[in-house]
Amino acid sequence: MRKVNQKAWFFVLPVLILVAFNALVPMMTVVNYSVQETFGNNQFFWHGLGWFQDILRSERFHAALGRQFLFTFLILIIEVPLGVIIALSMPRKGFWVPVCLVTMALPMLIPWNVVGAMWNIFTLPDIGLLGYFMNHVLGIDYNMTRSPLAAWVTIITMDVWHWTSLVVLLCYAGLVSIPDAYYQAAKIDGASNWAVFRYIQLPKMKQVLTIAVLLRFMDSFNIYTEPFVLTGGGPGNSTTLLSIDLVKIALGQFDLGPAAAMSLIYFAITLFVSWLFYTLMTRHDVK
Amino acid sequence: MAKITLDRLRHSYMSDPKGPQDYALKELDLDWQDGGAYALLGPSGCGKSTLLNIISGLLHPSEGRILFDGKDVTGLPPDQRNIAQVFQFPVIYDTMSVYDNLAFPLRNRGVDEGRVKARVEEIAAMLDVTEMLGTRAAHLSPDNKQKISMGRGLVRDDVNVIMFDEPLTVIDPHLKWKLRSKLKELHQKVKVTMIYVTHDQTEALTFADQVVVMQEGEVVQIGTPVDLFERPAHTFVGHFIGSPGMNVLPAELRDGAAFFAGQQIALEGAVAPGAGRHEIGVRPEYVTLGPSGIAAKVRKVMDLGRHSVVEAVAGDTKVSAIVEGAAPGQGESVHLTFRPDQTRLYRDGWIATKQERAA
Repeated sequence: MRKVNQKAWFFVLPVLILVAFNALVPMMTVVNYSVQETFGNNQFFWHGLGWFQDILRSERFHAALGRQFLFTFLILIIEVPLGVIIALSMPRKGFWVPVCLVTMALPMLIPWNVVGAMWNIFTLPDIGLLGYFMNHVLGIDYNMTRSPLAAWVTIITMDVWHWTSLVVLLCYAGLVSIPDAYYQAAKIDGASNWAVFRYIQLPKMKQVLTIAVLLRFMDSFNIYTEPFVLTGGGPGNSTTLLSIDLVKIALGQFDLGPAAAMSLIYFAITLFVSWLFYTLMTRHDVK
Repeated sequence: MAKITLDRLRHSYMSDPKGPQDYALKELDLDWQDGGAYALLGPSGCGKSTLLNIISGLLHPSEGRILFDGKDVTGLPPDQRNIAQVFQFPVIYDTMSVYDNLAFPLRNRGVDEGRVKARVEEIAAMLDVTEMLGTRAAHLSPDNKQKISMGRGLVRDDVNVIMFDEPLTVIDPHLKWKLRSKLKELHQKVKVTMIYVTHDQTEALTFADQVVVMQEGEVVQIGTPVDLFERPAHTFVGHFIGSPGMNVLPAELRDGAAFFAGQQIALEGAVAPGAGRHEIGVRPEYVTLGPSGIAAKVRKVMDLGRHSVVEAVAGDTKVSAIVEGAAPGQGESVHLTFRPDQTRLYRDGWIATKQERAA
């Protein structure tokens, strides 16, 4: 029988400690809050799954979740095709490659709260460049603080502006890894541009595109800073996404129990959708 | 199928070529006969891939014309030339099945499905891939992938020429031989003109009826494998083909007689008059060690099993000889003789002796 060196487990210990302190312990405190009720004075009572039931039945939660899915769906349906189109039209070699890459990367380098503040000022109806242009030049009534539609259009546009580059850069990396011979062979085989895209470029981009969609899903589903700075969740509750609502409950109302339960449900949804998507996308590779 | 004519073809990758050194392909006039098996042989960077890409239409030549059966195709894109090309790395469409891969060039040209099916099945049988037709092409081994990319060329029955750009580079050695003989067999079956680009002399000599040897953008010799071996037109060909290559020895020409290491060397025939840098070329196969001849010292002996390659030094020139049977030891003094009818004089690299016909 082979002797197994159990001492090797010690090597895993540092990682275990690290993960424990940055993920497990904070998460367990959340779990702890989610099953207890308090009336102040730091006294807690067992509340079972009550908070979870409340949250899952709460209309406020359903509405926020609906808005969250709508937001994520809209930005994905815009950013992914747009990113692919931009990546396809970028030059493969020459002087313009670095120019394009740097230009593409710029929005991603800006801190999130700055992005929110920038767009806030940009869209101010009387002094913002966009706001002034829309209201006073085009004559379109555009005011984010009054119209939910304007607010939605703005947060979607802002996210597209901020994050399409990520999809572009990932797709571009996939595209440049295709050897010239593929394009030459396709030319000789008489393939149309669509066939080249469908059978050469898309399959080669599939892996990076999976990652891109996954990252964009997780980031947009958990988005907080930018819409918070831009609209603060308004007008009314029209742009109150899940994370904004969660912060309102946790820090605004200081309802730790419901907030903790909501966090866990929120986390479970993100995890489940990511898992589902990844499994579906990579299902064929295993066969 | 067609005869391919290259008419005063030149190509430079620079936008403003100044002299011949700027040309990747120097003026080329060449005819490829319909149905021939050609090899384009030369070291890396000699312009063979450039030439191939010009014939396929992936590259537009700086000057000159390409004719298929007398019709000028210089301006036509690859898909209208009816050619097929197999690349160094197998190109297959990963997401498609083997069947769809083979059907792809036909479907792109709007061939009806019944005809597609018949052609694909015929070609698959020819390539021994019938049982793989249903599998996804991504999971094939490199040699099978290369077969499929070859099959995509064969599946169209109107191809003028199939070109192979070093197709065995990524294939395992023991499969190389198999694929090579498959290729030869296919050529005999379908009789399409095939052009095979390689820097490997074995591949070129076993595949082709006619080998075109290129060096620095120029064709140095066109001939059958036997021609190239027996009577290289240029010292480069002599050197490049054969293992070891031809001995190229510095020589002096006095009154029509050639001298090497102070001794007169008998040549295959009369030397064309002229001046230049002279060299004697003789293959190691025709150098014998004997009691008399040019004095030399053995520097190295390589035992290759069936024969030995003896590397001797005469004066300060290295001469290789292939010896059957017992070989001399290292450091021994030997005398070399060259078989006269296989000994030639080269002037500035080009052959300068005339072969005397045996009566």
